[in-house]
Amino acid sequence: MTVEKMAFSKAINSALRASLESDPKTLVMGEDVGKLGGVFRITDGLQKDFGEERVIDTPLAESGIVGSAIGLALRGYRPVVEIQFDGFVFPAYDQIVTQLAKMHARALGKVKLPVVIRIPYGGGIGAVEHHSESPEALFTHVAGLKVVTPSTPSDGYWMLRQAIECDDPVIFLEPKGRYWEKGEVDAEGIPDGLHSARVARAGTDLTVAAYGPTVRTALQAAKAAEEEGRSLEVVDLRSLSPIDFDTVQRSVERTGRLVVTHEAPVFQGVGAEVAARITERCFYHLEAPVLRVGGFHAPYPPARLEEEYLPGLDRLLDGVDRALAY
Amino acid sequence: MTVESTSRDTARSTTTQESTDRPSAGRTRGRTAEGKPTAGKSTSGKPGPTATKSATGKPPARKATAKKATAGKTAAKKSAAKKTSASKASPKKAAPRGTAARTAPAEGPEMVQLLTPEGERVEHPDYPLTISHEELRGLYRDMVLSRRFDAEATALQRQGELGLWPSMLGQEAAQIGSGRALRADDYVFPTYREHGVAWCRGVDPTQLLGMFRGVNHGGWDPNSNNFHLYTIVIGSQTLHAAGYAMGVAKDGGDAAVMAYFGDGASSQGDVAEAFTFAAVYQAPVVFFCQNNQWAISEPTERQTRVPLYQRAQGYGFPGLRVDGNDVLAVLAATRAAAEQTRSGQGPVLIEAFTYRMGAHTTSDDPTRYRRQEELESWEARDPILRLRRHLDREGAADEAFHSALEAESDTLARRVRESIRTMPDPEPMAMFDHIYADGHTLVDEERAEFAGYLASFADHEGN
Ligand SMILES: Cc1ncc(C[n+]2csc(CCOP(=O)(O)OP(=O)(O)O)c2C)c(N)n1
Ligand SMILES: [Mg+2]
Repeated sequence: MTVEKMAFSKAINSALRASLESDPKTLVMGEDVGKLGGVFRITDGLQKDFGEERVIDTPLAESGIVGSAIGLALRGYRPVVEIQFDGFVFPAYDQIVTQLAKMHARALGKVKLPVVIRIPYGGGIGAVEHHSESPEALFTHVAGLKVVTPSTPSDGYWMLRQAIECDDPVIFLEPKGRYWEKGEVDAEGIPDGLHSARVARAGTDLTVAAYGPTVRTALQAAKAAEEEGRSLEVVDLRSLSPIDFDTVQRSVERTGRLVVTHEAPVFQGVGAEVAARITERCFYHLEAPVLRVGGFHAPYPPARLEEEYLPGLDRLLDGVDRALAY
Repeated sequence: MTVESTSRDTARSTTTQESTDRPSAGRTRGRTAEGKPTAGKSTSGKPGPTATKSATGKPPARKATAKKATAGKTAAKKSAAKKTSASKASPKKAAPRGTAARTAPAEGPEMVQLLTPEGERVEHPDYPLTISHEELRGLYRDMVLSRRFDAEATALQRQGELGLWPSMLGQEAAQIGSGRALRADDYVFPTYREHGVAWCRGVDPTQLLGMFRGVNHGGWDPNSNNFHLYTIVIGSQTLHAAGYAMGVAKDGGDAAVMAYFGDGASSQGDVAEAFTFAAVYQAPVVFFCQNNQWAISEPTERQTRVPLYQRAQGYGFPGLRVDGNDVLAVLAATRAAAEQTRSGQGPVLIEAFTYRMGAHTTSDDPTRYRRQEELESWEARDPILRLRRHLDREGAADEAFHSALEAESDTLARRVRESIRTMPDPEPMAMFDHIYADGHTLVDEERAEFAGYLASFADHEGN
């Protein structure tokens, strides 16, 4: 069988490897991705096996990395770009927003931009500034970009493969706090769609919608709640643009309650969009307002405060309590 | 980049609470412990092979720099004077074609040097320097103490007191030489590695530790020592320096502004834009590039085809390369550049050719990408050893000086260790502080909500 237990990081590495193998137009680019194998070792061994022409150590310039990836895509390549940490994508933000996202539309569909931008994101690793942020809403707000975030090794593998095959630009957010978690990957299985949500745990009393790093927290919350006789359903959104509202809707129609959780600040965040849409779709099913549990309208704090800042188990359970109290 | 997980969760630690005012009671709180990965943890411990590159790749002479001859007595003038011959002679040779030396350079006229690696004093026509024995001892003391501080910080990271430490080992001459060339009213914009410059500015070294311990994001007042906060986003601070210098010029001041950055940073658009702004407005900024040969795992030839100091030429200001492991050369060159820029002649680029003798940070494993021989060839050029040899040759420091310095160094190390162990964690509510100068209603609302949330645990736990 092809089912293999592997770490999230290894699953990403395997997906890159498989894509490099299956399509000679696939390129891997970024800072330190070559000999070092990236600061998280995600690209470990790839340059050795595919050469410097396909696994490319770039100059230290994110705008250059994304801008040149756009050019390579125009020339028929499929660049998979690594941004070293979430906080370092911003020098490239101009290229992403003003060029990458819009070019297909401006050319009336005549050109395609199959660029994947991999970004390790999220906190909980005790890092210094700019290494723990969750910038997803800054990308979901931009038409022309697709934004996805796997939460398990299997999704890490399959969603990356699908993202590389996708003809649109994809922001691929990797929950770095989960890089070393292990799970089964079936490289010959049939994957879920890139943009479909997944019920990660079935339940009846309340739905928790989570993605990326908070999926595990939501599952832990469901377990804790079970001990108290509460049955939580956990939906892993997986894709943040587009969002599979149908799956969330179906869940909420049964449970009547929804809590959305993410590490990013809740103000103007993905949770706000989910709350608004689900309120529209499920108004008569809702027993409580949709609540959000996430980061504050504050810069990501120094490491010694991140457990306070992040929506951990306690804060999520508190949100669940409040939603159930209505 | 992992900070030891702290066990300060007292109020909410694993006690099962029977709640009265909370709808869902009886659960275990405080179950937030999560596995923490370490950025840059090596998955395969085996050292990566590093190609030995051909050992020449000598950069062409410095003379090819300033197209704009200004009247000064300094670099610009000399550079301009010899412009013709060099710019004719060297464009072909200028491009190392990816074959730059991967061992320490041989000396050459293109690199300003006043002390050989053996500690012998040599003269450079453009950079005369008279220096007393006392001043030499002062520089030596600065280098020894800042290295000791740096080593102590690395040790504290190993002991879990710091989450991360970017060592400046090997760059002491570049940092002390440039830091000591400055006046109190000059202003410094550092990267995250300028611990030696901070020392020269009078920043208490223990203050540098807070952000690497994870208790703050900077923590010192930039204006109390004219030493800005460390900047992690590569290259950003060079633009701030250009703008600050534009302000100095507008005010009619004569301070010089120092913009520190690395060889890797030289690729960033921000740095190119900083060069443009400083040049266009003739802003009094010295761009001080510590070319330590590596940007994490990428060698300098991944960033540039020409020696970095030559970049200045295209922007219309002078650039020069100085032996970055020679504290006297760095001191003389930085003094000259600062004088030149304060007198209204615009920016100067100094490339201090040096070496990062340690890992990129404590999370890095350089054996994956560079060879031991390379490190050894640079160890022979150790900046502190070099000045020590010079002191010995000159008879400029006696045994009493050295033993006193050793004692001082031990005292410093002890003070650093003690200060870190007593450094308080911030209060949770501190994350809502200083977000806005004029306040923000949403922050007020979230602060109040969070305070209520924290209080709800205290209520349950015995009040
Ligand atoms: C915009 C940005 N991209 C990437 C990084 C990650 N990073 C931190 S240090 C570094 C290398 C910097 O090299 P260099 O400028 O030569 O300075 P050095 O570390 O050698 O002092 C990189 C890529 C960053 N901090 N900021
Ligand atoms: Mg460097």
